Amino acid sequence: MRTFLITTACAFLLYLLLTTASGPLFLWSKEELIIGAIFALIVAAIVRKIFPVKNLRLLNPKRWFLFLAYFFGIFLPAMAKANVDVAYRVITGRINPGIVRISPNLKTDLGITMLANSITLTPGTLSVEVDEETNDLYVHWINVKKEALEKIPRDCKYVCGKFPDWARRIAE
Amino acid sequence: MILNIIIYIFIAIGCFFNMMAALGLHRFPDVYTRLHAGTKCTTFGSIFLILAVVIQSISAWVAEGLSSPQSILTLHALIALVAILLTNPTSAHAIGRAAHRSGIKPARAVVDDLEKEKP
Repeated sequence: MRTFLITTACAFLLYLLLTTASGPLFLWSKEELIIGAIFALIVAAIVRKIFPVKNLRLLNPKRWFLFLAYFFGIFLPAMAKANVDVAYRVITGRINPGIVRISPNLKTDLGITMLANSITLTPGTLSVEVDEETNDLYVHWINVKKEALEKIPRDCKYVCGKFPDWARRIAE
Repeated sequence: MILNIIIYIFIAIGCFFNMMAALGLHRFPDVYTRLHAGTKCTTFGSIFLILAVVIQSISAWVAEGLSSPQSILTLHALIALVAILLTNPTSAHAIGRAAHRSGIKPARAVVDDLEKEKP
């Protein structure tokens, strides 16, 4: 029931965002509000079984601000660096690739998803496979550093910097 | 006038990175390195293109009021950006995983932990 309500609210909110300024009732027309509510209910009824909400941590506004701080403060600069880096490698063709295993020690699915997406979009790394029991990530690395190969398990700091800490703070 | 220049600069940056992505697909040796080019550069380029759209539509919003058809463009462009940011790395992950499971080795690899542990 909780899953159903939350999904309905999110779907309705997204529909409202997409149909802003369609009429006189606040910003929406009556028809849009009604059909939006109907579609939100239908979608929620369909996905209720597929996406059960396991915990409500992300409804806490403190985590939203943490996420925004992470997104603008850490993620976007890293992403800009990644793109200059990839552009450089595209032009010069200097690559030294490999697949390494890292253990970020995250527990929730959401945390590991966030970390994997962050890794993919930031300097020289691309998450390829996840070990679902230990939540270890296999990361394709375009420019493997010698220091990181010295010990197993590999050191997270060469591959993804501070991302695991932030993912833990936001999602766990 | 200044707004227009900023918009053109953003479009130029966006196009440059998207072009780098296309060039990378052509130059890199295997599927994984090509995914690097295909995900990072297109996402970053799209961010700048969408920023240009947002600036343009906000200036129209200010000039013509809320009833202007361009005013909604801001929201739609931002929603498109969120969708790109979520789906692009996820699909790259799916392609990389599928490639490794079907036995494609990373070209010129110096290390391959996944190959050792899950052959």
